[in-house]
Amino acid sequence: MILPALFFYLFAGICVASAVMVVVSRNPVHSVLYLILAFVNASGLFVLMGAEFLAMMLIVVYVGAVAVLFLFVIMMLDVDFIELREGFIEYLPVGLVIGGIFLFELLLTVGFWVINPGVAKTITAAIPTNVSNTEALGLVLYTRYIHYFQLAGMVLLVAMIGAIVLTLRHKANVKRQDINVQNARTPDMAMALRKVASGQGLQDADAAEWVK
Amino acid sequence: MTIGLGHYLAVGAMLFTLGILGIFLNRKNIIIILMSIELILLSVNINLVAFSTFLGDIVGQVFALLVLTVAAAEAAIGLAILVVYFRNRGSIAVEDVNLMKG
Repeated sequence: MILPALFFYLFAGICVASAVMVVVSRNPVHSVLYLILAFVNASGLFVLMGAEFLAMMLIVVYVGAVAVLFLFVIMMLDVDFIELREGFIEYLPVGLVIGGIFLFELLLTVGFWVINPGVAKTITAAIPTNVSNTEALGLVLYTRYIHYFQLAGMVLLVAMIGAIVLTLRHKANVKRQDINVQNARTPDMAMALRKVASGQGLQDADAAEWVK
Repeated sequence: MTIGLGHYLAVGAMLFTLGILGIFLNRKNIIIILMSIELILLSVNINLVAFSTFLGDIVGQVFALLVLTVAAAEAAIGLAILVVYFRNRGSIAVEDVNLMKG
């Protein structure tokens, strides 16, 4: 009984502490690494709650894709991050006040509420006990929520195309292979026969059109 | 000492607040702002999964999956815009982003 509580406090504590470090860290690379730590611990919390599939998804998507993307961008951009930190102390008091009020309100809400007893009757899809979490999720995701699932796929497709379109750069002076032009090339286009008068060499006027 | 729904909601509340705080404190560094948004979305996910587990309804986990998708898409688009902006301006300071006004 004590072990789940112990692990909850371990995961929650590290998660919140690393979230603090994400915000206050001087170096953005450290921020990303703390963000990864926060995600890994959050996925530990998910496992404790019994959402194993989402926990693994969190590691694959956030740690494997999003955090690495952040890392790439930070290392690619040549930015003076010290300069960007100016005003940190300036904004600290107002940020702490607003954050404190916000946290106070949220915790107040968390502390004083009860679940409406009628909620139990409105449950859409109860968690089955005889199948694994992944299978249970698939059973509703691919049937009842298939359209949401496909919409999520469309969102990802649009994001992918958008990111490519935004960052693709076409340089004019770079030579690229054009297969159609290569295939359409005939001997007439590639070479020309000229009679060269002895002692005079090839004149400019004799050159084929494509040489000029 | 059993860990109930309130404990998980408290963790979610703290992460949400830290995300808000991060947006306030790092007003010039848009990369940290994007990371703060990721933290906020993570706290939303924790809330959804906590309610899903403690009410015994798996739909919350489906929603959490959709939020995960949107978060990934948002990060990709945000960072792409950031890269394009840096190419054009040579800086990523948020205060310089006033070219589009009027």
